[in-house]
Amino acid sequence: MSHSTEAAVTHPALQAPYRDLDQQRETATLGMFVFLLTELMMFGGLFCAYLVYRTLYLPSFLEASKHMDLTIGAVNTAVLICSSLSMALGVRAAQQGRSKAIVLCLLITILFGCAFLVLKGVEYHHHWAVHEVPGINFAFSSSVPLVNVGKVQLFFSLYFIMTGLHALHMLIGLGLVTWITIAAHRGRYSPAYHNPVENVGLYWHFVDIVWIYLFPLLYLISRMHT
Amino acid sequence: MSAPSVAVEPREHYLNVDYGIRSWLLTTDHKRIGVLYMISITVMFFIGGVFATLIRLNLMTPAGDLVSADTYNKLFTMHGIVMVFFFLIPAVPAVIGNFVLPMMVGARDMAFPKINLLSWYLFVIGAGITLYSIVVGGVDTGWTFYTPFSTTYSNTYVFSTIVGILFSGFSSIFTGLNFIATIHKLRAPGLTWRRMQLFLWSNYATAVIMILGTPVVAIALILVAVERMWHIGIFNPALGGDPVLFQHLFWFYSHPAVYIMVLPAMGVISELVTTFSRKRIFGYEFVAAASIAIAVFGFLVWGHHMFVAGISIYSALLFSVMSYLVAIPSAVKVFNWTATLYKGAISYRTPMLYAFGFIGLFTIGGLTGLFLAALGVDIHVTDTYFVVAHFHYIMVGGTVMAYLGAIHYWWPKMFGRMYPEGWAKLSAGIIFIGFNVTFFPQFLLGYLGMPRRYHAYAPEFQVLNVMSTAGASILAAGYLLPLIYLIWSLRYGEIAPANPWGSTGLEWQTTSPPPTHNFEETPVVTEEAYAYDKHPEMEFVA
Amino acid sequence: MWTDFPLWPARAANFADKVDPLYLFLVAVTVFFSAGIFLTITVFAIKYRRSIHPQAEQIEGSLAVEATWSIIPLAIALFIFVWSASVYFSYGAPPKNALRIYGTAKQWMWKFEQADGQREINELHVPLGRDVAVTLISQDVIHSFYVPAFRVKMDVLPNRYRTVWFRPTRTGTYHLFCAEYCGTSHAGMIGWVVVMEPADYEAWLASGGEGSLASSGEKLFRHFGCISCHRSDKGARGPDLAGLFGREVHFQNGTTTVADENYIRERILGPRPPDRQVAGWQRDIMPVFRGQVNEEEMLELIAYVKSLQQNPLNVNPNAPIPDEEQRKRNPLVEPEVVRP
Repeated sequence: MSHSTEAAVTHPALQAPYRDLDQQRETATLGMFVFLLTELMMFGGLFCAYLVYRTLYLPSFLEASKHMDLTIGAVNTAVLICSSLSMALGVRAAQQGRSKAIVLCLLITILFGCAFLVLKGVEYHHHWAVHEVPGINFAFSSSVPLVNVGKVQLFFSLYFIMTGLHALHMLIGLGLVTWITIAAHRGRYSPAYHNPVENVGLYWHFVDIVWIYLFPLLYLISRMHT
Repeated sequence: MSAPSVAVEPREHYLNVDYGIRSWLLTTDHKRIGVLYMISITVMFFIGGVFATLIRLNLMTPAGDLVSADTYNKLFTMHGIVMVFFFLIPAVPAVIGNFVLPMMVGARDMAFPKINLLSWYLFVIGAGITLYSIVVGGVDTGWTFYTPFSTTYSNTYVFSTIVGILFSGFSSIFTGLNFIATIHKLRAPGLTWRRMQLFLWSNYATAVIMILGTPVVAIALILVAVERMWHIGIFNPALGGDPVLFQHLFWFYSHPAVYIMVLPAMGVISELVTTFSRKRIFGYEFVAAASIAIAVFGFLVWGHHMFVAGISIYSALLFSVMSYLVAIPSAVKVFNWTATLYKGAISYRTPMLYAFGFIGLFTIGGLTGLFLAALGVDIHVTDTYFVVAHFHYIMVGGTVMAYLGAIHYWWPKMFGRMYPEGWAKLSAGIIFIGFNVTFFPQFLLGYLGMPRRYHAYAPEFQVLNVMSTAGASILAAGYLLPLIYLIWSLRYGEIAPANPWGSTGLEWQTTSPPPTHNFEETPVVTEEAYAYDKHPEMEFVA
Repeated sequence: MWTDFPLWPARAANFADKVDPLYLFLVAVTVFFSAGIFLTITVFAIKYRRSIHPQAEQIEGSLAVEATWSIIPLAIALFIFVWSASVYFSYGAPPKNALRIYGTAKQWMWKFEQADGQREINELHVPLGRDVAVTLISQDVIHSFYVPAFRVKMDVLPNRYRTVWFRPTRTGTYHLFCAEYCGTSHAGMIGWVVVMEPADYEAWLASGGEGSLASSGEKLFRHFGCISCHRSDKGARGPDLAGLFGREVHFQNGTTTVADENYIRERILGPRPPDRQVAGWQRDIMPVFRGQVNEEEMLELIAYVKSLQQNPLNVNPNAPIPDEEQRKRNPLVEPEVVRP
């Protein structure tokens, strides 16, 4: 059979078909990276559509982007970055085996994540109130005459789909972080075994990075042109 | 390596360890999951086959009056969707790959057994939703869902069909993820990359395509669904959208998808040719590298589906030359398989017959791809029966034959029984003949100008259509036979020894059927694949 | 059924002479390699079968052999690529003096209009030996204009004009098919292309037609009120359109474009984005005609604007400004002059 440290052989977290914790950890991390690669390709398709239409319809996109709420967008960006910090600190705590610290850091992460989603909800509601939701009640009026309404609607469509897909991933992320918080609270993680925390951390950072790209493309493009 | 064992009476293996339904529906054993997939895709294959039968029957007469135009349009759409997403994509990887891959790397199971089970459930749910869409009224957009027809004009169940396909796409992504992690991390001691069997290289390349390409078609279809629901305009020219953008996003996946369908099949052929010639493969490194090259280049050619769609002349030139480049690694593989036969000790068992069939028909199908890559000729033959013939040669003459060869080859391993060789050979012959009679006339129809997706056609095309339909009836009979005799063999087939083919493959160095944990002791690999010269003791015992 | 059984499509246009040889070469390559592989496998399978050749000889491989059978197919492939690219280039842009025909595709029919007004549905008459350019647009989904005998195919898109050209080389009647699936009657969206001797074609032209495309366009030019602004006199509120077609247009931001069919269509439909404001005109006061002009009318208007090439605006500059009724149709038509 396999040769590994006694601790790993009898470790309760070791699952079939792995022969030791190291192999399990490396495989799970590889799995998470591959999964994030698929997510990158998925968002990539949307970014591609954005790229095409923005190149074709820059003035309409600039005009539409002015209607984004820069304050909420910027606050949300800060919130997410802070949540990534707390997540990273949680991973660090896991590496050091400090269960209480893990739980605290992850709870802060969840808090920030919820704050992001609440702010996003407020933002969506505002867009709905001023008739900027394509397919539902879109009726765009702008002070700039003759901007093509159809193309402005395209921007908003991409906005809702891209940020919507991102928000969905945030929600799933919150679920994952909750799961490992509970596990950490039950003392499941130790310096020898804390891979789930790391992998959820990877997922969380990925979702954060997607937002880092979304924010300037959706909120900031009109700012430099004024 | 252990010597082939003689069949002994009741011992525990993965099939008899527990007969309960829960033990099957909640299994994490990759072998059981492979069997579950086998049952599911067989059902889907025959459903797709029924649609094909109706299509060919309708095309017996130029007036096409067997079914209405709308029904016909639904038939070819659903034939395409069911066959592509629910048969061809999972067939070799999810059935054969799931069963055999962990054993080939010397592992106890896949890297993520629970995700493997999830993958099967996603497939079944997706199939269920798609079948629901078919039953309540069907979908008529073509499996390619071109906009703006699919987003604005079709009056059929596009949305639910797309949901079904999305589920199957996620199933595919998780399968690919499992393959990559397993091959990277779970290889037995001594199994270096260069000692891996070629089936592993092919499935690895396939898995890379699955994880990189499938998400893009997911997004493309999600956008179609959203546009259909809320008319946001993303593909609607009246609102500034571009319907050709959909084609780019769709084909970015759907071209690599055909390599998902053919690469694992090629991996099977490598296994069959070596085992049934008792020889190492000629040019191992080249065949392995060719798999990777096909995966990489396969992502760079999608525009060749759009030569007349309105892309620029320069991008057309680029896609054309890339399409020629991607043909070269496939040609290299064909040559290497043929060279492997040279001075071999060749057996004519059924799996080998399927391998011969594959090599010949894939060669024809692949060469007809050169016609389509040729810009000047593609203008005339694209969207005609020439394309239909081309891809059926590869998918049916290629992939389905390789799948059948794989099923027969690994049947003893999976179920501990031999299939009846006489019936199997007969079926292989009927399938080969039926296939060629069905699809060769379609090349001629294509060049004559018969467009595809036509329920009625100009009268001068009738002779070739009747020939094609006649072939289809032969083909159908050929496919029904294995269904019958394979099921028969589960009960009445000759009991199989552990290694009936005397193969050096790692999966054969355990019992047939294997125990749940595959190997009693983790194998240690000390030599390269297909080392038949080092193992004269390995013998056919079947 | 057995009497009409062609194995080769008719050859009725210039492209057939370019495409068919390339096709035959590809067939030869295919037959050569397929037969080669088939024969080799058969010979090896028989010669090295187990019963007479029980001991396999292990051959690992050979770099020289691999190189040979990689490089030779690559060379053949690239040769085919270059040849096919040159055939593709010959399809290129339509020749300058081509006979222009316009058409729209819609579910599920083809409508063609010749320059002098001859209209056809699902039939297209063309003269032998002349370059013919057919400009097409779709009113709904993507269709594809396919004439097998001409070896010509082009997807027809909504909202975008595309032009295909050919030179018929043989008289006769040939199939026209829609080759991009477009719904229920996709298989019914078929017709005939009739190639006639030039004299017969002229006779056919003369026999029908409701007035040329351009003259129908002139009627629309008045009907929609275009004439009220687009004049050549000093008080004109819009640019003079004489000689516009084919000319370079300058925008306020310095960019330029050429005034082709797509440009004219874009201007008429609107709304026109601010970065496409024509230089020399401060504000865009032209009404938006999106939704008011259908594709056939659009083709007529464009034909009219094209006809203003040689002659100055042959519209009476003293023609009346649109009346009350027309103003109601176009509420944005401002009766007062707004000087730029």
